[in-house]
Amino acid sequence: MARNKESLVLVLDVGPSMHAVLPEIEKVCSMLVQKKLIYNKFDEVGVIVFGTADTKNDLTVEVGGYENVMVLRDIKVVDGNLVEALQQIPRGTVHGDFFDAIVVGMDMLVKKYGPTNKGKKRLCLITNAVSPIKDPYEGTKEDQVNTIAAQMMKDGMKMDCIIFREKQDCNVMKEIVEENDFLLSIFSSKSSSKKVYVESATSLLGALRTRNISPVTIYRGDFELSSKMKIKVWVYKKTSEEKFPTLKKYSDKAPPTDKFATHEVKVDYEYKSIDDSNRVVPPEQRIKGYRYGPQVVPISSAELEAVKFKPEKGVKLLGFTDSSNIMRHYYMKDVNIFIAEPGNTKAILAVSALARALKEMNKVAIVRCVWRQGQANVVVGVLTPNVSERDIIPDSFYFNVLPFAEDVREFQFPSFSNLPSSMQPNQQQQEAADKLVQMLDLAPTGTEEALQPNLTPNPVLERYYRCLELKSKDHDAAVPPLDETLKKITEPDSEILTQSRAVINEFRRSFELKEHPKLKKSSRRFLREKPSGSDEEGEGIGIVGQPMDAIEYTSEVKLEKIGDSNPVQDFEALISRRDGSQWVIKAIQNMKNKIFDLIENSFEGDAYQKAMECLVALRKSCILEQAYFLSCLLREPKEFNDFLCHLNKYCHEKNLKSFSELIASHEVMLISKTEAPESDVPENEARSFLVKKEAKAEQGS
Amino acid sequence: MSVSMDIDPDDVFRDDDDPENELFQERDASKEQLVYLVDASPKMFSTTCPSEDEKKDVTHFEIAVRCIAQSLKTQIINRSYDEVAICFFNTREKKNLQDLNGVYVFNVPEREDLDRPTARLIKDFDYIEESFSKQIGSKYGILSGTRDNSLYNALWVAQALLRKGSAKTADKRIMLFTNEDDPFGNIKGVTKMDMMRTTLQRAKDAQDLHISIDLLPLSRPDNEFNMSTFYADLLGLEGNDLAQFKTLVGERFEDMKDQLRKRMFRKRKVKRINFIIASGVTIELNTYALVRPTSPGTVTWLDSVTNLPLKTERSLLCSDTGALLKESPKLFQTYKNENIMFSADEISEIKRVSNGHLRLLGFKPLSCLKDYHNLRPSSFVFPSDEEVIGSTCIFIALHRSMLRLKRFAVAFYGSYTHAQLVALVAQDEILSASGQVEPPGMHMIYLPYSDDIRPVEELHTDANSKAPRATEDQIKSASSLVKRIDLKNFSVCQFANPALQRHYAVLQALALDEEEMPEIKDETLPDEEGLARPGIVKALDEFKLSVYGENYEEETESIGKPSEASKKRKAIADNATKQYASYDWPDLADNGKLKDLTVVELKNYLTVNNLTVTGKKEALISRILTHMGK
Repeated sequence: MARNKESLVLVLDVGPSMHAVLPEIEKVCSMLVQKKLIYNKFDEVGVIVFGTADTKNDLTVEVGGYENVMVLRDIKVVDGNLVEALQQIPRGTVHGDFFDAIVVGMDMLVKKYGPTNKGKKRLCLITNAVSPIKDPYEGTKEDQVNTIAAQMMKDGMKMDCIIFREKQDCNVMKEIVEENDFLLSIFSSKSSSKKVYVESATSLLGALRTRNISPVTIYRGDFELSSKMKIKVWVYKKTSEEKFPTLKKYSDKAPPTDKFATHEVKVDYEYKSIDDSNRVVPPEQRIKGYRYGPQVVPISSAELEAVKFKPEKGVKLLGFTDSSNIMRHYYMKDVNIFIAEPGNTKAILAVSALARALKEMNKVAIVRCVWRQGQANVVVGVLTPNVSERDIIPDSFYFNVLPFAEDVREFQFPSFSNLPSSMQPNQQQQEAADKLVQMLDLAPTGTEEALQPNLTPNPVLERYYRCLELKSKDHDAAVPPLDETLKKITEPDSEILTQSRAVINEFRRSFELKEHPKLKKSSRRFLREKPSGSDEEGEGIGIVGQPMDAIEYTSEVKLEKIGDSNPVQDFEALISRRDGSQWVIKAIQNMKNKIFDLIENSFEGDAYQKAMECLVALRKSCILEQAYFLSCLLREPKEFNDFLCHLNKYCHEKNLKSFSELIASHEVMLISKTEAPESDVPENEARSFLVKKEAKAEQGS
Repeated sequence: MSVSMDIDPDDVFRDDDDPENELFQERDASKEQLVYLVDASPKMFSTTCPSEDEKKDVTHFEIAVRCIAQSLKTQIINRSYDEVAICFFNTREKKNLQDLNGVYVFNVPEREDLDRPTARLIKDFDYIEESFSKQIGSKYGILSGTRDNSLYNALWVAQALLRKGSAKTADKRIMLFTNEDDPFGNIKGVTKMDMMRTTLQRAKDAQDLHISIDLLPLSRPDNEFNMSTFYADLLGLEGNDLAQFKTLVGERFEDMKDQLRKRMFRKRKVKRINFIIASGVTIELNTYALVRPTSPGTVTWLDSVTNLPLKTERSLLCSDTGALLKESPKLFQTYKNENIMFSADEISEIKRVSNGHLRLLGFKPLSCLKDYHNLRPSSFVFPSDEEVIGSTCIFIALHRSMLRLKRFAVAFYGSYTHAQLVALVAQDEILSASGQVEPPGMHMIYLPYSDDIRPVEELHTDANSKAPRATEDQIKSASSLVKRIDLKNFSVCQFANPALQRHYAVLQALALDEEEMPEIKDETLPDEEGLARPGIVKALDEFKLSVYGENYEEETESIGKPSEASKKRKAIADNATKQYASYDWPDLADNGKLKDLTVVELKNYLTVNNLTVTGKKEALISRILTHMGK
């Protein structure tokens, strides 16, 4: 692990013009360190800030100059303190010189590692680069940058530059900005540097790669155009989803004195015979069965191995076809990339020639791939050209998996033109739609494309790591709400909404939406759901006092308990409140009490019918709302089942058997697994509860 | 039930990036009950249409049964809980519970007439073309002399078959295959009127019982199936609907087969979602899974003695003490040398960044959607006015605008388990002779986040030198190669998955106790014959020459420096080969002397024979003995 450890120096501009985005920089940098603490805990990180009134670095002592550059932390192994330090980056008061700061960073890396650790040394500069850099003592700024870039190459350092520019910045100091951009571009052409311009805080969060995954090829070998013509290629993953971390299950069984307790939980599986649930079947007596229609066909691993499909490793061309033959929605999985074997000039040329030919002709290649020897399936996919825009990057292909015949379901849908005319937009409506599609533009020319996948952070993971840090300080810390920068991903940008207000209003006026009268209840419940982690729905244009249509959330007096007159209605209202899971618990508890009240206070069963209605409503909700309950991690089916058993027992004890009978006659049974996956009760058991009851009722009479 | 770790233990079909797999699995809330009603009149055997695959023409009867055979095979894999019955009418023999003339219900032992398809049914039905005339026979059953009405009888039998189960839990359907548009053509006068009336009434009764009747008319270009003669009334089609009902005008067998297959699948929605377009404008959409990887299904563990399924019990044990944990434990992450605890509640709260709906964020030109912006199979969305009237109208308006302006929508899909940014790409309807190829609607494409995208392109760059770029000539020779090897009518789903086909063929053979394992053709292999055509060979040679020059062989062999590891591996292999010869292996094995050798010496044998070299000494020896066949 340590072999691959990365050494990173963060070089952060904290000058006055950066203050507005420093909170975002704090977030992204601390998340980077957090992930290192979890996944690459031997990585080493140093931090430099520039634009401060103070100066603190080795070079200023050794050779002079390099003012306003402060080493906030020397390069060392990541730790918790660093996370905290990065959450409180000092605010500078002067314009810093990013070039000085880069040199200080390089000096730190050189002093710490010398020529070793090649390729694992990285500088990360975050600045807006709107202040001029100082003139050198001799030569031009350009010469100086060239020298430094060459030195970086020699020492095997990489640099990521993230340049934050809001739109107005560019106009203010045009000349300086242009010069700085030119100087920075020298770095990216003369050394292993990458520069990214971002315009929004959200993109800034996405621009810095916070997790380093060492790339591994999934295939190295021939790309066979035919048996006589092969190109050497390497295949990597181009996209791969970064998953929500798998948390371990916690066991509190170890005695508190045990300092070395792992607190982990082992999951153990036992296979038991169906007719004798005490008999554990040993592994050697188990055999795999596959379903084939109603049959389960047993087949031993050895048998399966002997007959299964075993293709030869290799990537073979099937042919070329028009790119319009492969529609975008047929891409099945995450994406791979085919690059020519590094260092193999002829292979690079061959890939380049093919890629450029395909691009010119608007064609794609269809290939059949078996990545490894022993792989038991083949993959058919499409190669699309990826013609490089940067001189130093070779051309390559993207590879997407295509479906097999079995994977495509040929459902038929009505043609839009055949739908009744009431469903067809008229000309005015169509124009309103056209305007909306044009105006709600996320990629207007001249500005950064909003929400580019390459620059958009995962809001769920961001929130998780922030929550983790909070909890490390305070175990009882609540989950923080989604912050404003991340809300730009989950909700429309208020700026765009304001700009297009007229268009949106027109669109809204042009169409009529009506709730289906018969289905009022269920859909209203559905539509009333409120987002968690966000405030009220009606941001931006909602408040302008538009005529609310039927499906808009109409505010009403919020109910807090179940009354006497309309318990079922009250209960349903309460349970559909989505402003906190406590209401669900409250609604259920209230309803249970109400049912007991009704039965107990009933005179000769006069309230049984009402109690029955309550019980049915409770049961229904416990099934219907399980999706929501689950998200609150309540297990409602169980709650209901326990209650029903309890109720039954109660009736029995109190000699209220007529109510039990009523339950049976209404076929109110336990919630079974078929109805609600969360239930532990199998279907037959749920039914038998009912039968038992009936039997009891009969005995009684 | 088996647990997740048992699903596809070989990882062959595992979609390794899909923890939310259940999200994609269709919820089969209701199953389908389907009766195939196949006209077996002599006309079905005498009318043919040309086929590309085979030299000879194919009869309408053959088309019908082949389509059914194909759909049974798909059904047993994808929707094995659906129930089917196969019923012929206009037959010589009769076999049905009502004992009606001219109707024959085809079935196999151990199966109800309307039941889930079984291996035996599939196999026997595969031979129906051969066995039909002997066992069942063809005979037109609407005759003037008698009061017999085979079509009426057929509908009756089908309706009786579908009486099983309630209409609430199952979709019931009759699928009628015929090439006779005028079944009462040779009857005259009052009798004819009478027969038509009762038959139509029978069909109406069925429809009143929520049984839908679907007609698959087979026709020829010179003799088109005339719907208005009789069947429009039977199906209750009028005006527009009738015009809509496209008869099969396909001239080729392939087209007809294609269309029949498409009509056999009834769509099922995955989920209903709300699409918030702007505050106050929320429309209703249904999502469908049009493409999803098919897996061989879950493994059920059996007791090898009884072949009965086993129950899996999962228990949670404390690693420190071995104690059994009762309730579901809290979760933790080790962070800063501490165990940070999360309740399951908190985890789902963290994941819930939005409200479960689909929320429009804006639009972008289609060029912004890159080929690498993909993670999982897409979902298809189609509007519905079921709960919110007016949804479809808004959807169509947006759909048209997006197509015309070449833009896609970016939206946030706030599913509680897997919130994600998505691209909504408008899809125009595409029709062909065989019907709808692509339905109109939008495809929801799941977009990656920045941390999901890897900058692989930059990995092997060398800042000191520019990357080699192909010259115009090289591109030109590549272009002519591309032109040569052109797959003209390529369609994404033209290949069957060879691994899956093999798997199911094996299961079918085992289920039926067959001796021989079937051979499955791997359709995904390149067309060697085609690639050997002189034109293509020439184009390939020219491309090779333009890039590699004369020395292709040497270039490809010598380039690519072997890595340290592979050098080492090669050295070991060379050494092993040298050492290998100095032992008399069979002799050592026969005299039990293998155990006297050292592990290093044993490994020489294993290396040379390409066997695994890991394990303890005993394991190595037994591996050698197995390899020698001793």
